[in-house]
Amino acid sequence: MDGTELSLPPGSSAGILESVSGFVKELRNAGIPVSLTENLDAVEALRHVPIEDRDAFKYALAATMVKNNAHWKTFETVFEVYFSLQGRRYQISGDGGSDETEDLLNELVGSPDSDGHGSGEGLTQEQLAEMLLRALMDGNDSMLRAIARTAVTRYAGMEPGRPVGGTYYLYRTLRQLDLESVMAKMLDRAKDANTDQSDLEERLTREEFEHRLDALRREIEAEIRRRLVADRGAEAVAKSVRKPLPEDVDFMHASREELAALRKAITPLTRKLAVRLARKRRHGRKGPLDFRSTVRHSLSYGGVPADPRFRYPRPSKPEIMVVADISGSVAAFARFTLQMVYAISSQFSRVRSFVFIDGIDEVTDYFKGTEDISAAIQRINTEADVIWVDGHSDYGHAFEVFWDKWGRDVNPKTTVLLLGDARNNYHAAQTWVLAEVAKKARHMYWLNPEPRSYWDTGDSIVGQYAAHCDGAFECRNLKQLERFVEHLG
Amino acid sequence: MTLFAPYRKDPEPVTEHSSPRFESPDSVRKGLASVAYLANEGIAGVVFLAERLGKPVLVEGPAGTGKTQLAKSVAEMTGSRLIRLQCYEGLDESKALYEWNYKKQLLRIQAERVTEAAGETWSDIEEDIFSEPFLMTRPLLEAIRAEEPVVLLIDEVDRVEVETEALLLEILSDYQVSIPELGTVAATQIPLVFLTSNNTRELSEALKRRCLFLHIDYPDLDREKEIVLTRVPGITDSLADQVVRIVRSIRGLDLKKAPSVSETLDWARTLVLLGIQSVDAATATETLNILLKYQTDIDKAAKDLAAPSSQR
Repeated sequence: MDGTELSLPPGSSAGILESVSGFVKELRNAGIPVSLTENLDAVEALRHVPIEDRDAFKYALAATMVKNNAHWKTFETVFEVYFSLQGRRYQISGDGGSDETEDLLNELVGSPDSDGHGSGEGLTQEQLAEMLLRALMDGNDSMLRAIARTAVTRYAGMEPGRPVGGTYYLYRTLRQLDLESVMAKMLDRAKDANTDQSDLEERLTREEFEHRLDALRREIEAEIRRRLVADRGAEAVAKSVRKPLPEDVDFMHASREELAALRKAITPLTRKLAVRLARKRRHGRKGPLDFRSTVRHSLSYGGVPADPRFRYPRPSKPEIMVVADISGSVAAFARFTLQMVYAISSQFSRVRSFVFIDGIDEVTDYFKGTEDISAAIQRINTEADVIWVDGHSDYGHAFEVFWDKWGRDVNPKTTVLLLGDARNNYHAAQTWVLAEVAKKARHMYWLNPEPRSYWDTGDSIVGQYAAHCDGAFECRNLKQLERFVEHLG
Repeated sequence: MTLFAPYRKDPEPVTEHSSPRFESPDSVRKGLASVAYLANEGIAGVVFLAERLGKPVLVEGPAGTGKTQLAKSVAEMTGSRLIRLQCYEGLDESKALYEWNYKKQLLRIQAERVTEAAGETWSDIEEDIFSEPFLMTRPLLEAIRAEEPVVLLIDEVDRVEVETEALLLEILSDYQVSIPELGTVAATQIPLVFLTSNNTRELSEALKRRCLFLHIDYPDLDREKEIVLTRVPGITDSLADQVVRIVRSIRGLDLKKAPSVSETLDWARTLVLLGIQSVDAATATETLNILLKYQTDIDKAAKDLAAPSSQR
């Protein structure tokens, strides 16, 4: 980093100890478990790294306290906020931010087309946009950083002490910069510069630009955060930027980015889960006594059955029927549950899946013969026949049809999973269906993506349905879903 | 008569390094670069700390990003001997720590019978057969007893059961091994220990707490390009640039298994062997099977590369 100082109290080790323990507290608040020994290790590690080397400082803390890669991003944010850079240039008030940076920009822009603007304030919006474009095209990082700083000073309109979150300022800055049209311009220029680009090259260029734009966005975000910290102090900002860890993200309220992160997180999770289930199945179970083998082995002990032999255990695998509501409000939840169940389908003897809104359709075939679960889910969304009248959830009707068409397939080996928020739009509940299914099935569970406190409020009738189930579970995030699936295996 | 011979080897205090092996994180990075391992600040920093603090490093990350190679390169850089313990399900202490050489013990007892007249008592024999000559050292004990500097690599530690993990705890925190018949064997020098994990299961808290944590992800564009340039002889700068950019593009797809660094290197080598100067969509599609290992992934990537500048 460019010569700015950490916000540590000067030099003394007591000061370091103090700020580290504050930092640890903040990490714990953000949900990262840090044990006491890890805390001590961190302090010990800091003795060995030069304190002015910010990167080394950061990695020393990370290596000793963050033992799960999923927590890295949270750690980074907390670190940025807690040990944020301080100095005059990060002050919110207008004059502080602009001097050095805009001088730099002026120097760089000092080409003929800048018609004699001397002062830093003189850069017009068009010039700034032009510089941005050029910096992005060249991938000039230090230039981009400088521009990000200027852009925040100019466009974010930050006022000291104003209780507004960082996203608001981010939005204002990005709106002014209009990155979409910048992207289009960049692509045009790239095309002009190299007319006979192949499709592949064009695509790679586009991706490179996208990466640079992402970096710019991150830089602007960081810049805003730094200024907020300078204004309000680390603790206040840390509270406002605290984001849930991926495994704690709520399915129903996840943003698009969070959903993408969830999709990434689910693959390793299912792999882990499958390994664990397989181990559980194999481990700690012995089959019944194998009489023949025991007698045969007793011969080597002179006929004494000293070494009893057991049959290889073959515990029966459960058969799963997933019945999922895929109406808008709970679609993401259904998707993740289906994905998880199918990813570990080798742990079940058979998986059948049904989806409904107000009509119901079997979608087991969509998952057959394809290894790509997302493609299957795509097909479900476009092809499955789930709308009967108006496309609003009608649990009662869906269950009735389910019973008529597939009720006889439910047998004592079947475990039925019902997924949905049970918001029935005040239709008839038809709870008798679940009572019948429960009688035939081995187990029946209800998974609800809503927080438990919302259950049975408004048009939610989960209580009526749950009465017939072996259990109703709140499944708002990956952690809860994982726990349930493990319980199932 | 005591059941076991008295402790022969008292635990010796673990000696501090008289002279540290590394000066600074930067010197670690340069040293690793000299053995053709390109580390970023994070990797170099953690290796440096591991040596200073005398703590093991737990390395996690996707397959094929150079986790095992890191341990090998550190060994090469410091001129230490590499001792490797490959973990697998069912690994136990007789494979990891030590085992009594019972065949030799039997022979010793047999030999005794012949010369019974010599008048040795049973306790003499017993004392004898549970002594060093009858001990077979396995990787962990070997690393502890080594006189010269060693690097201990415990590979794919997530493959052993949770219960077996406990085996490692004593050695990782105190660098010593307790053998009931012999006593405690403490290390004369602290070995650099690397544990790698592919994250197929969550490791126990106890293990994690004793280690420094290092996550090695796919390298960023520039570093991967450097890696390709150092590891693939005869590749041109522009081809390397194209290769890593295409690989990054493929990693962005939703695949079962994203191409690893080692697969990038394989692909780059193939392209060099085929005498290709510049990759176009057709060549890329034809050679995809080197980068990707699942047919569904190959189909998906081929379709995606063929599509004219898709807007994702």
